[in-house]
Amino acid sequence: MALNVELVSPTQQVWSGQAVMVSARTTDGDLGILPGHTPLFGVLVDGAVSIKGVDGTTKEFNVQGGFLSVSNNRVSILTESVN
Amino acid sequence: MGAQLRIYRRRMRSVKATKKITKAMELISASRIVKAQQRVAASTPYANELTRAVTAVATYSSTNHPLTTPHENPKRAAILIISADRGMAGAYSNNAIKEGEQLAAMVRERGLQTTSYLVGRKAVNYYKFRNRDIAGSWTGFSDNPTYANAKEVADSLITAFLADSSQDVTGVDEIHIVFTEFKSMLTQNAMAKRMLPLEVVESDSPVATGLLPMYEFEPNAGDVLNALLPRFIEARIFNAMLQSAASEHAARRRAMKSATDNADDLIKSLTRLANAARQAEITQEISEIVGGADALASASAGSE
Repeated sequence: MALNVELVSPTQQVWSGQAVMVSARTTDGDLGILPGHTPLFGVLVDGAVSIKGVDGTTKEFNVQGGFLSVSNNRVSILTESVN
Repeated sequence: MGAQLRIYRRRMRSVKATKKITKAMELISASRIVKAQQRVAASTPYANELTRAVTAVATYSSTNHPLTTPHENPKRAAILIISADRGMAGAYSNNAIKEGEQLAAMVRERGLQTTSYLVGRKAVNYYKFRNRDIAGSWTGFSDNPTYANAKEVADSLITAFLADSSQDVTGVDEIHIVFTEFKSMLTQNAMAKRMLPLEVVESDSPVATGLLPMYEFEPNAGDVLNALLPRFIEARIFNAMLQSAASEHAARRRAMKSATDNADDLIKSLTRLANAARQAEITQEISEIVGGADALASASAGSE
């Protein structure tokens, strides 16, 4: 079982694909998401989002604020800008 | 060359020069529509996700957020009109402005005052010429808006919305947006929509995934909504701007195409007229020569 991850910004879809783990920093602290996570909606702070893909590679994105929503193994990360 | 012929030739030259310009503008617009459409498509995933999120938060939390609850006693409504910076796009800007006028009339009927926020030089000029008050205006990016532009507009609208309308004259209780929906290359519609307070249940975009999950909110539903709604408004305005930009290019392409076609017709009829004038000139010259020769011949015949 894997997570369907989408990282989108207002101007484009930055990344989408399957992942085994997503970690991000919300206003309450660092958060790791594995498959089967309970539905969650969090506010992100500036910082890194890392996505560990099913092929074992890890991608790091530097986001400036945004939101993270998790439901049914679907993770969407909405951010205003990505570096 | 005769005077008549010279005049026709001169007019043909000027029409041909105009045609070159309109043709070039047509081609430029045609290529930009595609880009503008791609930008609309690229911004859709973000807008969809945000809509989903806002719907989920607003549905499953009992928070009474100022951005979602209608004001009990509304006083003022802001109307944001998105028009073009440049003309030569047929009735594109006029349609948006007229839609805005209709909306303003409807809002006034409900007993509210209106304040105007304008995007694009055409709308600004229209309001300035009529000496109307403009609460905010932004120009210079109508054909290629960026997210930063949308953010700027959204910021001042949200500030006005959060201000208390009963004490502050800049405060508003409702925000409406007028933009041009890009349906296809051939159809674009000016339309008005209420942005705030939110109509969270969007009938035209049914949530495809069925039931929304019971989210856990981090830190809590109220804070999430606080952070979410400004972004949602920005995304809505950005999407409206992108659609309007695509519509502007489509309208300009169509206007320039018909201008080019008209120039073609004009050139054709002027060519006919010029040919006739040239032929008439030749005929006249021949008859003058023949007449002259005749006169000479009869004069010399008489002297002998």
